[in-house]
Amino acid sequence: MPEQLLFAMEVTLNGLMAGVLYALVALGFVLIFKASGVFNYAQGVLALFAALTLVGLQQGQIPFAHLINAVFGTELHAFGWQLPSLVAIVLTAVVMIGLAILIERLVLRHLVNQEPIILFMATIGLAYFLEGFGDVMWGADVKTLDVGLPQGISETIDEVTFNWFGYGFFIDRLDIFATVIAALLVISLTLFSQFSKQGRALRAVADDHQAALSVGISLRFIWVLVWSIAGFVALVAGIMWGAKMGVQFSLSLIALKALPVLMLGGFTSIPGAIVGGLIIGVGEKLFEFSIGPLVGGATENWFAYVLALVFLVFRPQGLFGERIIERV
Amino acid sequence: MIYREAGDFKTTYVADSQTFPIRFDRWGYFALLAVAVGVVPFVINDYWANAIFVPFLIYAIAALGLNILTGYAGQLSLGTGGFMAVGAYATYKLMTAFPEVSIFIHILLAGGVTALVGVLFGLPSLRIKGFYLAVATLAAQFFLVWLFNKVPWFYNYSASGQISAPERTIFGIPVTGANTSAWAQYFVCLAFVLLLAWVARNLTRGAIGRQWMAIRDMDIAAEIIGVNPLRAKLTAFAVSSFFIGVAGALFFAVYLGAAEVGEAFGIQKSFLVLFMVIIGGLGSVFGSFAGAAFLVLLPVFLKNLLVGGLGWPTDLAAHIELMIVGALIVIFLIAEPHGLARLWRVAKQKLRLWPFPH
Repeated sequence: MPEQLLFAMEVTLNGLMAGVLYALVALGFVLIFKASGVFNYAQGVLALFAALTLVGLQQGQIPFAHLINAVFGTELHAFGWQLPSLVAIVLTAVVMIGLAILIERLVLRHLVNQEPIILFMATIGLAYFLEGFGDVMWGADVKTLDVGLPQGISETIDEVTFNWFGYGFFIDRLDIFATVIAALLVISLTLFSQFSKQGRALRAVADDHQAALSVGISLRFIWVLVWSIAGFVALVAGIMWGAKMGVQFSLSLIALKALPVLMLGGFTSIPGAIVGGLIIGVGEKLFEFSIGPLVGGATENWFAYVLALVFLVFRPQGLFGERIIERV
Repeated sequence: MIYREAGDFKTTYVADSQTFPIRFDRWGYFALLAVAVGVVPFVINDYWANAIFVPFLIYAIAALGLNILTGYAGQLSLGTGGFMAVGAYATYKLMTAFPEVSIFIHILLAGGVTALVGVLFGLPSLRIKGFYLAVATLAAQFFLVWLFNKVPWFYNYSASGQISAPERTIFGIPVTGANTSAWAQYFVCLAFVLLLAWVARNLTRGAIGRQWMAIRDMDIAAEIIGVNPLRAKLTAFAVSSFFIGVAGALFFAVYLGAAEVGEAFGIQKSFLVLFMVIIGGLGSVFGSFAGAAFLVLLPVFLKNLLVGGLGWPTDLAAHIELMIVGALIVIFLIAEPHGLARLWRVAKQKLRLWPFPH
């Protein structure tokens, strides 16, 4: 096979993997948008906060150490013990549930029935707050996330493709792991929403808040549930991205990358988030591979947006989104 | 007792339709103008100019522009940083290509260039609405920042990729470059603010402003009664981008002096101006100024309090500042979603009745 074609295939496969990671972040957005009609800009920062908490718990950091040192003049840094990864993950999930409860009580409850842009702005404010809070609580230095996930080039794929094509594909094991985890997450979320009582309540709330209230579904409980699930999804996304590029501020910018995914897939569709993520992932990498060198590279910054923009002009609701019907 | 309309009769249509119909308001505005033009330039020093006044004036222009687009015309835009970059780079190219022409003309021309770019990136608004449009403008933001980074023609092939403003004078007084004095910087920005605020006020209470507001409130109904959505939306983008381009030009030439597009005009800038507009109040000229003042003064105040007053390290102070800005935004949106402008209007309402409760 010609070498360019092999390169293109490798780029496509890597793009699919990257797309899965984008879809993981977009999933959190879709869940919250479906259930509370809020576009949660803070999803990326939730992922960052989850990753920070995980690393902090794992390494026995003292929360707010920097602040305590500044106020009281002490020199504290760590408790001294280290937690096993699984315990730390469970504890972090508990923290994210607590955070969801706080957000519902302090922010969402007071903004019921406001216009969507006000809610959007509130989530941006929340994002800024959580970002600063995460930095004050766990410190703003770059941390490595190590929960025992396999990393590095996948030897088996390298060998197999070398035997088939004469050229070994470089596929990271972490990416394969992320794909499997994302698939499991989507399947379990779909099963949950289709076959469980709370899942049905979630779909009812997504359909019509008033009607759901009138059949006795507690809107507040559903919101806490949804934000907890989104927090858990953010934790998974934070682990995957954190393992890939370290836990630092730019993790929260992943949220910005999820936006074109949502535009493509539609804001209210879980399969749309996955498909949109895959399209954006592949499109981005292929564009950078083919046309990138001609225009100086680094096109990944904006290509996803332009792709989504062009797509939206022809289909404003996205691939799987609900048809936008406006009435006067 | 003082803030009254009783006895204040208008005898001409012109007097009846003026911007400040209440005498107290009018005199207060003239007093403010007198202080701004006649007192501040003589007492201002470098710190006050660079930390407070000049950024306030520049961001007020940008907030005015974004308010026209988002507050009056209802088109949510996250591309403010990119458009400011267009204004800055257009000014740079004009300044270096035509060094004899006055910088005043250059800044206005740069605004014009930004208006054209704004119309181009505003074309999707004819098909896309709401959040989707916000993401489309993000495309503009990221693409423009990438463009000014990658295409060397924009920064005149310099090795560092930075652009820096050469020294220019107005009436013999340097306004850009290293020899500029604080009052000259302040005065140039003030002149532009007065001019553009006058334009904004009159546009928004004229026919085109009413068309914008009709589109914002219910665009399908507006189209039915005869408002041309293409013209209304594209003029909103054009006027807004003109303002934002002028703000960007002033930001680069007068305030910063030298700029690198990634840090000076990134997405953070877009969010900052959007916060100013939301906190100040959507759809209000006064709100743009109030929001700009709030978000310029708050970091300065916090820094002086935390670092100067309590002696905390600067990185901790920066994180706390993020937390406080975020919390304040949420609190503002819960308490008064229509912003400082609404609070001001309510205060004036109460003042008119004072000392009576109702």
